[in-house]
Amino acid sequence: MDKILEVTDLITRFHTFDGVVHALSGVSFHLYRGETLGVVGESGSGKSVTMMSLLHLLAAPPARIEGGRALYFGDNGPLDLLGLDTAGISRIRGGRMGFIFQDALSALNPVMTVGRQISETLVEHLGMTTARAWNRSVQLLDYVGIPEPGKRAAAYPHQFSGGMRQRAMIALAIACQPRVIIADEPTTALDVTVQAQIIDLVLRLKSEMNMSVIWITHDLGVVAGIADRVMVMYAGTVVETAPVDDLFYRPAHPYTIKLLGALPKIGQAGNYRLESIDGTPPDLLEKPSHCQFVWRCDHAGDRCWQDIPQNREISPGHQAACFFPFTDKGVR
Amino acid sequence: MTHPASGLRVDQEKQTDVWSFLTYTWRLLARDKAGMAGLVMFLIVVISAVFAPLLSPHDPLKQNLRFAKHPPAWSEGGSIHHPLGTDNLGRDILSRIIYGTRVSLTVGFFGVLIASSLGIAIGLVAGYAGGTTDNVIMGGVNLVLALPYLVFVVFIAAILGSSLINVILIFGFTDIPIFVRITRGEVIKMRSSGFVESARAIGATDARIIFSHILPNLIGPIVTLATFEMSAMIFYEAGLGFLGLSVPPSIPSWGNMLASGRQYLVSYPWIATFPGLAIIFTGLGMNLLGDWLRDVLDPRMRRVKK
Amino acid sequence: MKGEPLISVQKLTKHFPFRKGWIFSRKAGAVRAVDGISFDIFKGEILGVVGESGCGKSTAGRVILCLEPPTSGKVILDGRNITRLDRASIRKLRPRMQMIFQDSYASLNPRHCIGSIIGEPLRIHTRNTRQQIRTRVMELLDLVGLNPNHYNRFPHEFSGGQRQRINIARALSLNPRFLVCDEPISALDVSIQAQVINLFQDLQKELGLTYLFIAHDLSMVQHISDRVAVMYLGKIMELTTRERLFANPLHPYTQSLISAIPIPDPEKERKRVRILLNDEVPSPANPPDGCVFNTRCPIAGPQCRLLEPESRMIFPDHVVVCHKADRNNGSLITDSTAPL
Repeated sequence: MDKILEVTDLITRFHTFDGVVHALSGVSFHLYRGETLGVVGESGSGKSVTMMSLLHLLAAPPARIEGGRALYFGDNGPLDLLGLDTAGISRIRGGRMGFIFQDALSALNPVMTVGRQISETLVEHLGMTTARAWNRSVQLLDYVGIPEPGKRAAAYPHQFSGGMRQRAMIALAIACQPRVIIADEPTTALDVTVQAQIIDLVLRLKSEMNMSVIWITHDLGVVAGIADRVMVMYAGTVVETAPVDDLFYRPAHPYTIKLLGALPKIGQAGNYRLESIDGTPPDLLEKPSHCQFVWRCDHAGDRCWQDIPQNREISPGHQAACFFPFTDKGVR
Repeated sequence: MTHPASGLRVDQEKQTDVWSFLTYTWRLLARDKAGMAGLVMFLIVVISAVFAPLLSPHDPLKQNLRFAKHPPAWSEGGSIHHPLGTDNLGRDILSRIIYGTRVSLTVGFFGVLIASSLGIAIGLVAGYAGGTTDNVIMGGVNLVLALPYLVFVVFIAAILGSSLINVILIFGFTDIPIFVRITRGEVIKMRSSGFVESARAIGATDARIIFSHILPNLIGPIVTLATFEMSAMIFYEAGLGFLGLSVPPSIPSWGNMLASGRQYLVSYPWIATFPGLAIIFTGLGMNLLGDWLRDVLDPRMRRVKK
Repeated sequence: MKGEPLISVQKLTKHFPFRKGWIFSRKAGAVRAVDGISFDIFKGEILGVVGESGCGKSTAGRVILCLEPPTSGKVILDGRNITRLDRASIRKLRPRMQMIFQDSYASLNPRHCIGSIIGEPLRIHTRNTRQQIRTRVMELLDLVGLNPNHYNRFPHEFSGGQRQRINIARALSLNPRFLVCDEPISALDVSIQAQVINLFQDLQKELGLTYLFIAHDLSMVQHISDRVAVMYLGKIMELTTRERLFANPLHPYTQSLISAIPIPDPEKERKRVRILLNDEVPSPANPPDGCVFNTRCPIAGPQCRLLEPESRMIFPDHVVVCHKADRNNGSLITDSTAPL
């Protein structure tokens, strides 16, 4: 399969007053054309920071990208996103790659009508005339399932309900027919019934427009339904990457296993205890010198305290960063 | 030190909170160059006021017409005896500036004390009670704020006559509305906050909520505002002094010095320049300090490194 | 889970009136946050309340706990109506019932150390000495799994899960019998959620507590509750045991809610058939006539738009508010979710 995005050894640090926060310590992953990659992890695991680093969306200072490469394979050959200047990255942002944020209300400009925000993007990236751009915005709003799009285009973001606002932001993200959509917890703030509508919408758009999707979430249920492959992050590192079935049925990293155990089993009523992961994620102010999960791991050996485990192939397409991964042949 | 089993960090020697707060504050200050400069400038002014008799080379009131309009030490005809020169009556300018800090700081400190204590009390009532009480209080506050401030102050000063007490009272009372506004805004924000809600859920009385929960959280914004207001009062006092409406001309104050130097501005510029610089120095220092305090006094900023 | 009810809620309503106009403002209407709900909470049970945002579940919790006066209706605690009490009497009730809020950070005063936060209820309601209070706070810290040596630390030094433990310790300090938990875990990470849920369950067994557990996450509610009430636009749609609710939901709204939960299992998830509701929840200021759910209901008929359905007990322990629900309309839900 063709890759559209390949990130190697991305290192992002925040230089704060309290010291250096090692937000990302060597993140590598790739995205194939037409696939949906689910990115799961707890807060502080670096899942959003990774994507924002790629698109230069982090405030610098304090953030600084201190290493790595992020190749985007566009029509004109590979392009290193991290090396682009402001003009270059603006052409990618909103043009080739669309971003859907969790909080649509703060991501949209409150004093500009929704239609105008979409048309501005079109004028900027595709050089359309204002009138054409407006017509196209109305079509886009219609396309993402907003009723009475002509009327709604002239409305302001606060006049939209939560779900409709998220739809409007999706219209904005897909306006220039991007190749990649990065969705950062787009349904977290929404109710379950509305969440289902938004997931359906993004999946429909993905197949109709032939896009690749990176879907960041903490909800393993959502990932199970939409992702082709899943990447699990913990404390600024990628701990496991696998096709969705492998991840759920044959997890290899102890963190993934515990994470799956911490979920209540739907339909399995009865008094059982959830398997909780004791302790808390590590303090990122310390430079990692060993496995970041070692404090909370039940199977850690001496080696885990001495070395940083690298991602290793366990089965085709299935990688885990663990010295003692769980495999098909039994424990370890 | 990290606890291996739980991943929780365990402190071997837990220092007291006061100590950790002080060291943290010091580190914050050491990093913030502007805040540091502000603190140093403010301390210079305070020390000058406290130790004025020790620091000033001459009696600030002593006239010596033989040495009148003597230029500063570094210009032609100046002497090290009067580092910043003398004024039209031969009084040493440096000594007068040093003594002038006493008037400025007294006005600023007591003015803010009156304004903040009354302003906080009224603001608490308005914010916590809400409804009609709030409407009436805020109506009055907005009315006072709508008056052209300087004209109003000059008017009162002209009626009451010039004395230190009058200046303090005028500034103290005219500045109440600003403290009311800020306090009320903070109280309204806090009244619906989670921790006040929790306090009500555990059965805390209104008095307890106000004194134990709301007041301590007002310290940050109020101290910051007080710093800015104090520097503003020092400016206005100088302004009133310039107009001859502040302390009597015999007392050395920066405003009076400016006023007496006005007519010699072209031929003997140093008479008005140095008190002017003193005002700018103090104002700048206090504003830098205020900016820094705003950051430090927010407990969310106080993230003690674990 | 039979026995005496600890709390009995009867026809409870809470309306928030709003005004229109600037100078000559007039009462323009009311947001019907809670609109006539009735249920019992039995001693030692966990009653879950689920619903989407704006359904009134949090308001209901706050009114039951006397944090806000109801517009009408009664809350009976131990045979006594507690909705019309004066402020001093309500304060005297506080030791018996406590609340855990969603935002664990906002509910802790940033300027107090956690020892003083947890000890505050004791200082208010008891005449214990400082030393007694200190000892009790240490016990509580230990009970909720925090290090008693952290007594002098401030809330911002703790993580989200630890802060929620601090809130729980404070709520437990006076040995309450009843706890209202308002979305206590929805702001926490998955692995931490499990810790806190386990803590809630352990405490319930150890101390014999009764919970009203409010959440929007159906899977967690199913895990922890004995019975579950489903709310929509200020009304209860269905109330039954969790086994019945998940195995045999009768209300179309419950059915669609359950069908919308993403299942963390790819194969089940691929087979899951969702009942997609169109639109979003109508405004509680202007609820639809008839059944409040009729605008989104896939099976609404003419009578649903006209008449408000009454609450009917279809099975023992299974109350539903729907014209169309009957003993065998499991048909709305398709096979993939039926075996639940």
